[in-house]
Amino acid sequence: MIAELGLAALWLAAALAALQMAVGFMAVRNDGASELAGLIRPAAIVQGVLVAFSFAMLVWLFAVTDLSVKLVASNSHSMKPLVFKLSGTWGNHEGSMLLWVTVMGLAGALIALVERRLPERTMNATLAAQGVVSLGFYAFLLLSSNPFERLPTPAAEGMGLNPLLQDIGLAFHPPTLYLGYVGLSVAFSFAVGALLTRQVTPDFARAMRPWVLGAWVMLTVGITAGSYWAYYELGWGGWWFWDPVENASLMPWLAATALLHSASVLASRDALRTWTIMLGVVAFSMSMVGTFLVRSGILTSVHAFAVDPERGTFILVLLGIFIGGALLLFALRANTISEGERFALASREGALVFNNVMLSSILAIVLLGTLYPLLTEAFDVRVSVGPPYFNPVGAIFVIPMLAAMAVGPLLRWRQDRIDRIGREVALFAALVLAGLVLFGLLAEIALLPLLGLAFGLGLAVASLLPLRRRKLGRTPLATWGMVVAHFGIAVALIGMASESAFTKERLAAVAEGGNATVGPWTIALQGVEPVAGPNWTAIQGRLAASYDGGEPHILTPQSRNFWAPPQQTTESALVTRWNGQLYAVIGDRAPDGRWQVRLWWKPFVPLIWYGGLLVALGGVLALLGRLLSDLRHRRLAVRIAERRADREALA
Amino acid sequence: MNAPKPKHQRLVLVVLALVALVGAGLLAAYALRNQASYFYLPGQMLADPPEVGQAVRLGGMVEQGSLETAADGVTLTFAVTGNDGSRVPVRFSGIAPDLFVEGSGVVAEGRLGPGGIFIADNLLAKHDENYVPRELQDMDQHQAAQMAEETTVGLE
Repeated sequence: MIAELGLAALWLAAALAALQMAVGFMAVRNDGASELAGLIRPAAIVQGVLVAFSFAMLVWLFAVTDLSVKLVASNSHSMKPLVFKLSGTWGNHEGSMLLWVTVMGLAGALIALVERRLPERTMNATLAAQGVVSLGFYAFLLLSSNPFERLPTPAAEGMGLNPLLQDIGLAFHPPTLYLGYVGLSVAFSFAVGALLTRQVTPDFARAMRPWVLGAWVMLTVGITAGSYWAYYELGWGGWWFWDPVENASLMPWLAATALLHSASVLASRDALRTWTIMLGVVAFSMSMVGTFLVRSGILTSVHAFAVDPERGTFILVLLGIFIGGALLLFALRANTISEGERFALASREGALVFNNVMLSSILAIVLLGTLYPLLTEAFDVRVSVGPPYFNPVGAIFVIPMLAAMAVGPLLRWRQDRIDRIGREVALFAALVLAGLVLFGLLAEIALLPLLGLAFGLGLAVASLLPLRRRKLGRTPLATWGMVVAHFGIAVALIGMASESAFTKERLAAVAEGGNATVGPWTIALQGVEPVAGPNWTAIQGRLAASYDGGEPHILTPQSRNFWAPPQQTTESALVTRWNGQLYAVIGDRAPDGRWQVRLWWKPFVPLIWYGGLLVALGGVLALLGRLLSDLRHRRLAVRIAERRADREALA
Repeated sequence: MNAPKPKHQRLVLVVLALVALVGAGLLAAYALRNQASYFYLPGQMLADPPEVGQAVRLGGMVEQGSLETAADGVTLTFAVTGNDGSRVPVRFSGIAPDLFVEGSGVVAEGRLGPGGIFIADNLLAKHDENYVPRELQDMDQHQAAQMAEETTVGLE
């Protein structure tokens, strides 16, 4: 009964999306005069409620492990801890797509409830565009991936969830990324809506900006968490692999970062109108391309879950319709959008444009590298593209972008001279140069990590300069947001460079009671014992690690065996110090009884993720700042209107 | 510098963006031709071996009965076979991934060493018990195991 309720709600929501689309487009055509136009907002709100109800029903089915539902039977198990039963709802293809439309439906409902800034006609066009996108995904779910499908006879027991997904980090990682993807779909709808009505104004950018900011924060958190998860759960000691699945989340982030900056220019300076629209379309295209790559299994990836070529085709068709349609519309309308305010090349806008172009170039490089194996395979040549391509080619564009990040925020809007900020530029250049010389002489470091350390150092200091000579308490939150985010990039960069420059690795076969050393650490293998969890058994090593002869820390890396489904996983053990992390993995037993132990000493590696979190925090601050100032403006507008009404009443 | 005229400015921006994007594309195309680490099947590696020391990937099935641990306890040797009976010996120092067993698919990242032994820095086995390198998908597990058995020869 629960499953049928969920399915019915899903069909109703789809019908409302169709209504929203049809009425929305009619209203735009008839200049908003359509009598039915009043239906659009309620339709969006009810659609959001229905799809959320449908998702809640699926969560319920997973919580009680209803084995008559195919999805539950093939992805869950009654013995699983409750939190993983719940997260199992989206740990599979159907559930994650339902989560996607749920978030989209709720986003549509929210726009319909709160957005009053846009002209009503643009609003209708935006909700109509949102209806189109939602409808595509409803069709996808209902026609090819029904999450509520029943089994002819209930299963006796579930097949279980992939053990790698049974990790608290991964339980909440995909929904975070999805919130990001879906936020970009809202930005896409805004862009299409504005194109339809030719109303590309600062107001449009202000309405779109919180969505882009929110999506960008979620993507940042998702990528950071995903990278940390891969680092500690996969047991290979790496944090970025240039795997298609990772690139699938990086590409929308790059586009969203560019969009965020250009939407800011449009909102506050009324420039870059067409460029912002274009990026709105591109950003969502990238999240669709990402979904397609992840879901279709078309590229060999080490961590693609829930792969099915038929569904890949469906997503590809959706991608073609949405993106092709939007690009066609863009081509037809772009030259009717009048250009906004002018600015000199040496200005804040100029630096932002430069940064946008660099980000787009990096995006192009990542996209080409990710799709290249597909292209060559058409000619029967099998190729895999990895770090030897992405790192140096990306760096060519990342480095000028870092320089622009350091200098741009110091420039004035509209028109400025570089020599006015000569001292700051000189400071940045001096820091970078000092870093190059210092690290270059101190240690033997490869070129890229060396550049990373030097530019990270320069940017860390330069990113704080916009706060100089300001009263910190009265500095707008949005400015704080920018400073924190840019500083976060510097911190992450230093972490990445430090990891690749200074990591020490040791692989040893150690007998119980024996020792191994790595960097400043001495590690003693005290013993190896069997342990058991709720749905696994494991071999657990007990390692006593002491830094430079200090107090020992106890590490317990495990090699786990899950029985449903049967699979082995590696649980690494970590010790975090202020200056880095010790990472330990236990492997197999050699025939002579010694145990394989793999140890890494990674100086300053946590900075990678602290930096990522700072970047996200910067986004949150900016978002809060915008929302608060919007609220203030709205209150002010109300007060002015009241006063005018009073005066008129008196007169 | 004065703010340029709108038409002019738009043109400058478009040209700038185009130059950068085309530049990025050309650079990518050039680098992809030269720097992509290529994927080899055992047969291809034998017929047309990459230069010694060049970073490449080797994909295939781990030959049944070929897996051995060396005396240091951390070095593995095994052979990777293709679906045409070809085999390449591989040496790997490290902890093998969880799903790395004889008869399953593997992608080894590394370089060809002197003497035709592939020195792997990294082994990739997918996080899925059913993983077969996509390049070998046309051969099912049973066939692979059978073929591997027929071609089993001890490693020197």
